[in-house]
Amino acid sequence: MSTVTKNSFIKVNDFNFWYGKSQALFDINLDIKEKEILALIGPSGCGKSTLLRNLNRMNDLIEGVHHTGDIVLDGQSLYDPKVEVISLRKRVGMVFQKYNPFAKSIYENVVFSLRVAGRNNKAELNEVVERALIGAGLWDEVKDRVHDSAYSLSGGQMQRLCIARAIANRPQVLLMDEPCAALDPIATLKIEELMMELKKDFTIVIVTHNLQQGARCSDKTAFLYEGKVIEHGETKQIYNQPTQQKTIDYITGRFS
Amino acid sequence: MKKFFKKASLGESMVSMTSLGLAIGVMMTVGLLLLILVKGFESFWPKPIYEISLKQPDANVSIGSSLFGQKVSLKENKSFENKQTEWQFFLGNRELYGASFKYIPEDDIVKLERAVDTINLERLEYGRLLGVPLYLEWHDGKKLEYASADFAKTFKQELHHVEDLRKKLLKIEKKEMGYLSEGITHNKDEIKRLEYLQEKEGIDYSSQITALKEGIQYNQDQFLGLEEQTAKLREQQKRSTLHYALASGEQHEIELAEIIRYYYPNQMNVFEKIGHFCISFWYFLSENPREANTEGGVFPAIFGTFLMTILMSILVMPFGVIAAIYLREYAKQGFLVRAVRISVNNLAGVPSIVFGLFGVGFFIYGLGGNLDDLLYPWRSGVPTWGKGGIMWAALTLALMTLPVVIVATEEALSAVPRGVREAALACGASKWQTIQRIVLPSAAPGIMTGLILAMARGAGEVAPLMLVGVVKFAPELPIGTEWPFGLNQSFMHLGFHIYDLGFQSPDSEAAKPMVFATTFLLIMLVVILNLFAIKIRSHLSKKYGSSGF
Repeated sequence: MSTVTKNSFIKVNDFNFWYGKSQALFDINLDIKEKEILALIGPSGCGKSTLLRNLNRMNDLIEGVHHTGDIVLDGQSLYDPKVEVISLRKRVGMVFQKYNPFAKSIYENVVFSLRVAGRNNKAELNEVVERALIGAGLWDEVKDRVHDSAYSLSGGQMQRLCIARAIANRPQVLLMDEPCAALDPIATLKIEELMMELKKDFTIVIVTHNLQQGARCSDKTAFLYEGKVIEHGETKQIYNQPTQQKTIDYITGRFS
Repeated sequence: MKKFFKKASLGESMVSMTSLGLAIGVMMTVGLLLLILVKGFESFWPKPIYEISLKQPDANVSIGSSLFGQKVSLKENKSFENKQTEWQFFLGNRELYGASFKYIPEDDIVKLERAVDTINLERLEYGRLLGVPLYLEWHDGKKLEYASADFAKTFKQELHHVEDLRKKLLKIEKKEMGYLSEGITHNKDEIKRLEYLQEKEGIDYSSQITALKEGIQYNQDQFLGLEEQTAKLREQQKRSTLHYALASGEQHEIELAEIIRYYYPNQMNVFEKIGHFCISFWYFLSENPREANTEGGVFPAIFGTFLMTILMSILVMPFGVIAAIYLREYAKQGFLVRAVRISVNNLAGVPSIVFGLFGVGFFIYGLGGNLDDLLYPWRSGVPTWGKGGIMWAALTLALMTLPVVIVATEEALSAVPRGVREAALACGASKWQTIQRIVLPSAAPGIMTGLILAMARGAGEVAPLMLVGVVKFAPELPIGTEWPFGLNQSFMHLGFHIYDLGFQSPDSEAAKPMVFATTFLLIMLVVILNLFAIKIRSHLSKKYGSSGF
């Protein structure tokens, strides 16, 4: 296991990943510092989501996958046999491309991760709901109707509810898989503002197709192409002085 | 013409074809329901009684040349020699005429007129009676003529008296005597058990056995006392008779104790007729059958069908849902699972009688027989569970409808969006927590659809039930307060009742309207149960339904 510097929170070491026989990720090496936002950019099918979904081992659900290399979170390997997937996912929250609230009340959506962990203390749950909804910037809009169905919300509100659900149990890392892809510009703006707030408490990895979004709200950017990390560094540097031809082509819009 | 072909090639005419198909389907269904409704309810409507005068005296001496009858139907008799129309009349008075129904050629009828005073009496035996009441006679010699003003009131009072006594008798016979004989049976069984244990374990139980025998003796003495009481009540019931005349003028008498209900159809106005109709229908719903099921009501059959369907639903739901969850969520999708799935689907196509045979072989003789050997080894040869009963019937039907539930549940599970499953897992839920808290509630409406289909099939099934517990007549309802709660009792079923009335009845003409009425009830019962399930489903989909994605 590699030595971990104080700031290096997630470390991906020589990571290769296969769906059955086809390899999706090639020798990925990434370093993510605590409480920063890393944006994964790249054309469709380049492996951004695959990489993201490996960070909370969501890809375990798919049959016939295997990997080599390692991912280290806070000094511990994700693939350590002692690590339970369930407790790992409690430490790594996830927000999906398509908002997917449960068919329950707003309240029950937020406290779901606590309920499955067996925490049913009413006072604690109430506190968590308020904190998480405030954190997701939704509290003012729904505080009078937290027991209404989650489906009574608008699309942007539902996505923020999903963020509230993901941060309710205070994870260390928040994974966001194109969180604004299904939203209109105003809702997108709100989520972006929210991310800047969330940065104070969480380490965030975001996959985005929206280059402006990536430029606006990330500290670091990694450009992936055909399963490989082409370039990785400070966002300003990637957008302003890319060193690789492929990065230049992508950023200037020659392919997407 | 060209225009038409152009339209046809675009498929416009196909639209009207599809609507035609639907229209035919709807018409057939509505027609069927109407036929059942009309034919079934006809018999509850009070029809006028006619005095029929014949051209020449009938061969039957009692009929003579005139008789009372209610029109039933008109039949064109087309023999190749001559065409003639025949009226079917309901005559009643089975003990005198030999049959309740008679076909009379229209040409033989000289005169047909309504006789105002004719009465239609429902009796305990021999079906109904049509006649003209003459006078009431008490056994002490007092008489009351029909023409006197008091007759209607007194007749009613006397019948009330009889009815009260009948209720008392029923209470004594069913409740008190039933309780005593139950005690006797129980004690006898206990004695057998103790004797069995005595032989097996060598412990002396003789004192207990003596006590039990004393208990039996006590119950038997009580029983005799009650028998005396009932005999007395029966004697009290027989205090008056009604004398009546047939159309031929022949006079007969009937004990009032024999009469259940009566009405004067020719004196009724429309409202009275509607009232009579409703009350007759209520009696049909609420009473036990009499006279080989051709008279009385069908309450035990309604109850049996209802209880069995509910039991079946309770049994089939957990099995089906659990099996489907395993197949869809846990089993590794491969050749084996595919083979299992195909087998399950094919199970739905197996003729129901095969399931009936399986029920007899596996549940009754196998499970039931072994249970008897295990639980009641002293009841040698007297089956408790090793005979047809409502539990075995419900299990057999549950097995039969299992594929429907499994298939529907699998469909419902696979329709739950992947997104919410992943969201639940990403929140740190285990697979089972995800299924239990997120997937199953979302799939609940689809699962209910499966249950609705299963109920519709199960409630209407007759063939397998004939083998596993349905009987022609079982006035005892299959419920009880003590173990086994009547679950091992045989029961009546509307579907089998229809078959029994239609094909096994001693008086098929009398049973005909009841066949339709029972069919109507069966349909209504299935519809009501389904509506109930649909209500639950819509409640569930309102609660857990997804909003458009």
